[in-house]
Amino acid sequence: MDNGIRIGVYTCHCGTNIAGIVDVRNVAEYAAGLPGVAVSREYKYMCSDPGQELIQQDIREYALNRVVVASCSPHLHEQTFRTAVAGGGLNPFWFHMVNIREHASWVHLDKAAATAKARDLVRAAVRRVALHRSLEKGRVKIHPDVLIVGGGIAGIHAALTLANAGKHVYLVEREPSIGGHMAKFDKTFPTLDCAACILTPKMSAVRAHRNITLWSYSEVTTVEGYVGNYQVTVRRRPRYIDESLCSGCLECVEACVFKQAKVTDEFNMGLSKRKPIYIPFPQAVPQVPVVDPETCIQFKSGKCKKTCMDACGERHAIDLEMKEATERIEVGSIILSTGFQAFDARRTPEYGYGTYPNVYTALEVERLVNASGPTGGEVVLRDGRHPRTVGIIHCVGSRDEKTNRWCSRVCCMYSLKLAHLIKEHTEAEIFNFYIDMRTPGKGFEEFYQKLREEGVHFIRGRVAEVTDWALDPSEEGSLVIRVEDTLAAFVRRIPVDMVVLATGLEPRSDAQEVRRRFNVSCSTEGFFLERHPKLAPVSTFTEGIFLAGACQAPKDIPDTVAQAGAAAAEALALIDAGFIETEPNTAYVNEESCSGCGTCAPLCPYGAITYSEEVRKAAINQAKCKGCGTCVAACPSGSIAQNLFEDDEIFAEIEGILSYA
Amino acid sequence: MPEAFEPRIVAIFCNWCTYLAADLAGTSRLKYAPNIRVVRVMCSGRVDPQFVLDAFASGADGVLLGGCHPGDCHYQEGNYKALRRYHLLRHMLEQMGIEPERFRLEWISASEGERLRVTVDDMVARIRALGPLRLPEEVPAS
Repeated sequence: MDNGIRIGVYTCHCGTNIAGIVDVRNVAEYAAGLPGVAVSREYKYMCSDPGQELIQQDIREYALNRVVVASCSPHLHEQTFRTAVAGGGLNPFWFHMVNIREHASWVHLDKAAATAKARDLVRAAVRRVALHRSLEKGRVKIHPDVLIVGGGIAGIHAALTLANAGKHVYLVEREPSIGGHMAKFDKTFPTLDCAACILTPKMSAVRAHRNITLWSYSEVTTVEGYVGNYQVTVRRRPRYIDESLCSGCLECVEACVFKQAKVTDEFNMGLSKRKPIYIPFPQAVPQVPVVDPETCIQFKSGKCKKTCMDACGERHAIDLEMKEATERIEVGSIILSTGFQAFDARRTPEYGYGTYPNVYTALEVERLVNASGPTGGEVVLRDGRHPRTVGIIHCVGSRDEKTNRWCSRVCCMYSLKLAHLIKEHTEAEIFNFYIDMRTPGKGFEEFYQKLREEGVHFIRGRVAEVTDWALDPSEEGSLVIRVEDTLAAFVRRIPVDMVVLATGLEPRSDAQEVRRRFNVSCSTEGFFLERHPKLAPVSTFTEGIFLAGACQAPKDIPDTVAQAGAAAAEALALIDAGFIETEPNTAYVNEESCSGCGTCAPLCPYGAITYSEEVRKAAINQAKCKGCGTCVAACPSGSIAQNLFEDDEIFAEIEGILSYA
Repeated sequence: MPEAFEPRIVAIFCNWCTYLAADLAGTSRLKYAPNIRVVRVMCSGRVDPQFVLDAFASGADGVLLGGCHPGDCHYQEGNYKALRRYHLLRHMLEQMGIEPERFRLEWISASEGERLRVTVDDMVARIRALGPLRLPEEVPAS
């Protein structure tokens, strides 16, 4: 080529990932003959140090000024190669990446067709890269405050990590108290640590920390802006008690005209009752009761004696006129730690939950065995008996084509824990019904061994049904678990007093709404999608938004805490750098040809385009432009262009794909 | 023996949804017809109708656009703009003698690798049935 363009093309084997299907040598040889190509090589692993050095050496030796790498997805290694190209002394945007792994070798079986596809894509890239302009990355300042959504153990840990580093955190929790699911547990596996003993000090630390603003009973309603500069509104539901005035004495709860608690207690999974004015659990943070307007007599009839207010006395913390409030904040980064919901056991009617009173979900049993639970830790059935035999059914709403296909990761271990605790409380005989025992984790397999030594029975087989239909007198009055014992190879009927359903973890029912609000993606099963499963497990595709805990995938407490720490570290890295470099893919106006028609301005969702009546020209604010390119495609006179995605570059790519050599 | 007809399809996918769906199809090792070549843009809203016309003029037998589902656009509403242009352009292509089946817009999210596979295979089968695109020398008078 006589325009001085000298392109280096590098085709990666990726071990056998690419080379197993695509004839890499053929592609490299083909590329060598394309116009403008000064050197074309194949290499085992282009992303490795030697691979990157190869590019840098060639830049010097062959005086290259453009580079094409044909390897994996740009989402994986575009930055890697841009950095390598920059290290060789070129502008990092004189580079284009071709995806011949995810888009070719991994999805095709026909070697010749996959190789032909790789050749087409490389040819297109060679044509495109020749037109690449040199560009500079932009910089955006990072607001140092962080928003954390969800105050379970993930949100709590992330909040404390950031606050201890001196950063200001807004922790928003939907429920009246932080603590999440962990607050409901009695013990944690496999160490049998008391959950409250390890969680509640962290909850108190959140309350006391001067760098944490805790808004419980609140929800994020809108999120605008972008990394470094998010504007967030938070709706604070009225709890009818002023947090700043309440001392947490709970005299009001005691004084409520309801002498007997009559309202279903959500925290205890409906196993007990609460009053219309209540605190979810004794260690709740904030230590402030809530008034439930659905059941409070004053809200329903306006004729209550309001004994709660009398009890509060001089403090005047109770304000039944309290209105919803809206807070507006600015933050630089956001951590989503919105958690999971337990599978609804009614969706597997064959196990009789909701039909037979003595069928329980695991979370209900967590409350039953809990010393601060509805029975004070005594395992009593709904009919008042103590169970002598208990069946724990694993994988309810997990590993099931009809409900959720994934393994929920924690159920095998919490089933073992519950088996241990129930046995400890009742000395009952316990049967576990499992498909596979999954105990990979520190101390997990040892715990499983310990349970076997304790005499807990393990029967391999997916339970067919739970029924109260007795076939012989020994089954009368029991729940019969019918299961194929796949190790003994026969169908068994095991009568028990109590059935525990090890319900799986699933995305929260409003995960899709939350995802849209924060502009993140979900994976197939509906958990929030991480940027890369291995290399960016707490990042999302939206810069400045990170994930922690079970909102990303089912996980246990140690993994949740580790991920929360990682998310906090990612946010810290942003804050301490003070700025983030942005992709220079913004749109810009060619003033000379702009006719001033104004078509573009209303198309921009970010208000980045301004139209000047005076000069009758459009202008694009580079700081506001996010680089979607919608205005570029809409401009009737072709006067708007987009960096990195210039019209001529895209045309060259399309024509390059289709030009037979 | 004449070579069997292999449709050549240019796919223009948005960076955040459909391109990632194609990546996911790869990491999931789903297998689909090798007839598409993907061009990445940041948003389906970036797709200038001229890209589509250029692809057909340069020898594509089909053009597949991929964007985020309505309401899910990474840039809020670029996909709606793409949809508007799509309908208009499809109408125009028909007038030019290009069968509407050759031009398709699909919403495929980052989690829908399987949907991507099905879409590509379906489109390839349909275009295989239609045969190669033979552009008329002139646009027929209506």
